[in-house]
Amino acid sequence: MTDTVLQTHELSKRFGGLAAVSNVSLELNVGRIHAVIGPNGAGKSTLINMLSGDLSPTSGRIVYRGGEITGFSADRISRLGIGRSYQKTNIFLGFTAYENCRLAAQSRLPSSMRFFRRATTYHRVRDAAEKALAQAGLENRAGTLASALSHGEQRQLEIAMCLATSPKLLLLDEPLAGMGAEESARMVELLKSLAAGHAMLLVEHDMDAVFTLAEVLTVMVNGCVLESGTPEQIRASPAVREAYLGTEDLAHG
Amino acid sequence: MPASRALTIALFVGLVALALFPLFGDKYYIQLLTKIMIMAIFAMSLDLLVGYTGLVSLGHAAFFGLAGYVLAMMAPQDAAASLWITLPAALGGAALAALIIGFLVLRTSGIYFIMVTLAFAQMLFFFIHDSKYFGGSDGAYVYFRPTAALTGVQLFDLENFNHFYYVVLALMAGVYVLLQVILRSPFGAVIVGIRTNEHRMRSLGYPTFRYKLVCFVIGGTVAGLAGYFNAAQFGFVNPELLSWHQSGIALMMVLLGGMGTLFGPVLGAFAMILLEQLFQGLTEHWLLVMGGFIIAVVLFLPHGLYGLAAQLGRKREAEND
Amino acid sequence: MDLNIFLIQFLNGIQYGLLLFLVASGLTLIFGIMGIINLAHGSFYMVGAYLAFAFTRATGNLGLAILLGLAAAVVLGLVLERALIRVLYQRDHLYQVLLTYGLILVFEELRSVLFGNDVHGVPIPQWLSYSIPLTDTLSYPVYRVAISGVCVALVAGMYYLINRTRLGMMIRAGASNREMVQSLGINIKLIYTAVFALGVALAAFAGMIAAPIASVFPGMGNQILIISFVVVVIGGIGSITGTLLSALLIGLADTFGQVLLPELAGMTVYLVMALMLLWRPQGMFRKSA
Repeated sequence: MTDTVLQTHELSKRFGGLAAVSNVSLELNVGRIHAVIGPNGAGKSTLINMLSGDLSPTSGRIVYRGGEITGFSADRISRLGIGRSYQKTNIFLGFTAYENCRLAAQSRLPSSMRFFRRATTYHRVRDAAEKALAQAGLENRAGTLASALSHGEQRQLEIAMCLATSPKLLLLDEPLAGMGAEESARMVELLKSLAAGHAMLLVEHDMDAVFTLAEVLTVMVNGCVLESGTPEQIRASPAVREAYLGTEDLAHG
Repeated sequence: MPASRALTIALFVGLVALALFPLFGDKYYIQLLTKIMIMAIFAMSLDLLVGYTGLVSLGHAAFFGLAGYVLAMMAPQDAAASLWITLPAALGGAALAALIIGFLVLRTSGIYFIMVTLAFAQMLFFFIHDSKYFGGSDGAYVYFRPTAALTGVQLFDLENFNHFYYVVLALMAGVYVLLQVILRSPFGAVIVGIRTNEHRMRSLGYPTFRYKLVCFVIGGTVAGLAGYFNAAQFGFVNPELLSWHQSGIALMMVLLGGMGTLFGPVLGAFAMILLEQLFQGLTEHWLLVMGGFIIAVVLFLPHGLYGLAAQLGRKREAEND
Repeated sequence: MDLNIFLIQFLNGIQYGLLLFLVASGLTLIFGIMGIINLAHGSFYMVGAYLAFAFTRATGNLGLAILLGLAAAVVLGLVLERALIRVLYQRDHLYQVLLTYGLILVFEELRSVLFGNDVHGVPIPQWLSYSIPLTDTLSYPVYRVAISGVCVALVAGMYYLINRTRLGMMIRAGASNREMVQSLGINIKLIYTAVFALGVALAAFAGMIAAPIASVFPGMGNQILIISFVVVVIGGIGSITGTLLSALLIGLADTFGQVLLPELAGMTVYLVMALMLLWRPQGMFRKSA
């Protein structure tokens, strides 16, 4: 495919004797949501952490837009255009929603080694922050302290901060975690709207959302890829049925 | 009254009072206030690291002492050294030391950082203490205060204690404004972000080590500024200036005043030195009282005087409502 | 260097390293398990030395003095943990640093009030004050050998305690997972108190047995504290093996530094630390997070 953004080749991570991720190869493309599902401890978060540079792989390669980025530091990977959100909300609670996004957007200045001009007077940064807030549906909460936002709004802010860094590839670790039905629906709409312009890797437990959003699914069990394919292929896979998905879940999807 | 306006008024009143003080105060108190303001500069520089960036350094006195030694080593015995040569050299020396030490200590974090900063300051302490060149444990003298003459024009005379006072007052105000500006800049936003959540700052794309290192160097340089004028005021340097007791006292000033505010360390410097004078007048074993006082502050005044004032302000506001 | 002199320095280095281990292992346990940075740990070493001095002067018997001193140190540890240290568990490192810094001032000044600022000696017990002849002119004191022997026994005891006993198991579990330990109904507060008292006792004991060879003097606590920090930084927090190897390394580096590089004697151990930070900033034995 021409618009492949990121590929992994035989990516593995071992912690001591434990293989958290074994030989995972996948491909992420612009305009397509790629979901990774699997039971707890399947290695999904470890996979995201390797792609975002929070962990360095034990073996294997990561290629991003034609260049190898295996083992790059997290900040370098972010500056290349890979943004991530965290499973546990990881925002600056003492700052307002806007300030959170402003800080995220400021990271796209060529350098923040600027000492004398007020941080709030950089128009490019302000515009990017406001746009990200609006995209995530938080424009009315800009001046609210992050700690005063509801859980769902904090999750939205998490995504907004990620967007404020103008990423080409989004790595989203359980964006729906702990959300109510209404909040979930809003988040699903948000992710859908983002799909067109971005490549996206989505780790999620909410099967309804996954089957609504994803064009490609990878099922992981014990660190290995069990099956990869379209939602239909995954539904039809006997191996997946047996290992992970209850038949009832599939009926719902 | 909003807190920010109350603070602005308090700062202005304080500045005016300090500016007028030499008209009424006698020499002893003018020199005492000079000393306090020098320590206030030192404490502000430490607060930049501790209160804003979250780097609890127990070795900050190394840069304070080092700059003083640069002056002492450069000053001739029979004439005054030029301020315009020795001050940049002292600041440069402190900055260079902060760059080298920072490069090593910032590879660690948390408890390790505290221990390693202490250990490196101690290394410099021994370097100066053990070397005959620096005068060993006896220290070294600065026989004449640096001269500010430039192409024959004398802007001010540091031998005059009133001039010295106003120079230090201007520097303290200048450092306050400079740090305030830096804290509001993009750089300031980054270091405050690092204190709150360094990991997230990295995942947002900030190479945090670099920012912490620059911050460490700024802090070290400003500490050097204070150390230079301390040496100039007392005309004497000894290894104790680099000791961890000096760092500990500065940390205490930051906490007592209220860390994470620039006003706090200034307040803390005034309170600590005045208390020191008070305790010294009480008993020969005043360090016992000081130790007890420090423990009490940690237990009962964790947000310092600034936090106490803010709390009282909120209380009054609530009553007025 | 003459082989005999080398051997003597080597033994001195090992003996100093073992002594450092006693102080540093308490520090690292208190860090690792309770999450407390304790600047006053050096003061406990000093307290031990002065207790040995005072009790030996009173009883004339170093062994008895050590027993009395140990009991006093344990009581001191229990009281301090209950009264002050406990407040610090939920606080930032900065508060821990300052409170324990305040404690240093208190201990130093109390020492000055009670014992003055002179250097005092503690006599080596008669039955240990012999030397083993090495050559016609060189000999090695039995007391130093005895110190090393006692330290080695304590190292073995620590290993047994941490790795083999129920208390050790709780300590290890408490270090890695506080909530789990509490949910199992283990009284973590009690463990903390015990660990702190153990740390105080170890440091004080080191001060007591070192008193006859190092004498007792003002500032002795701070000197050993900072060296112990270096040991912990190199060895890694919470690792007994790391602390032991690091303590021996620093003991040898310091001893040989004084012989080989007298100009830089005070700096040797810090240079070792600087190199270590360049090579492995996370410490020799620290498990990578």
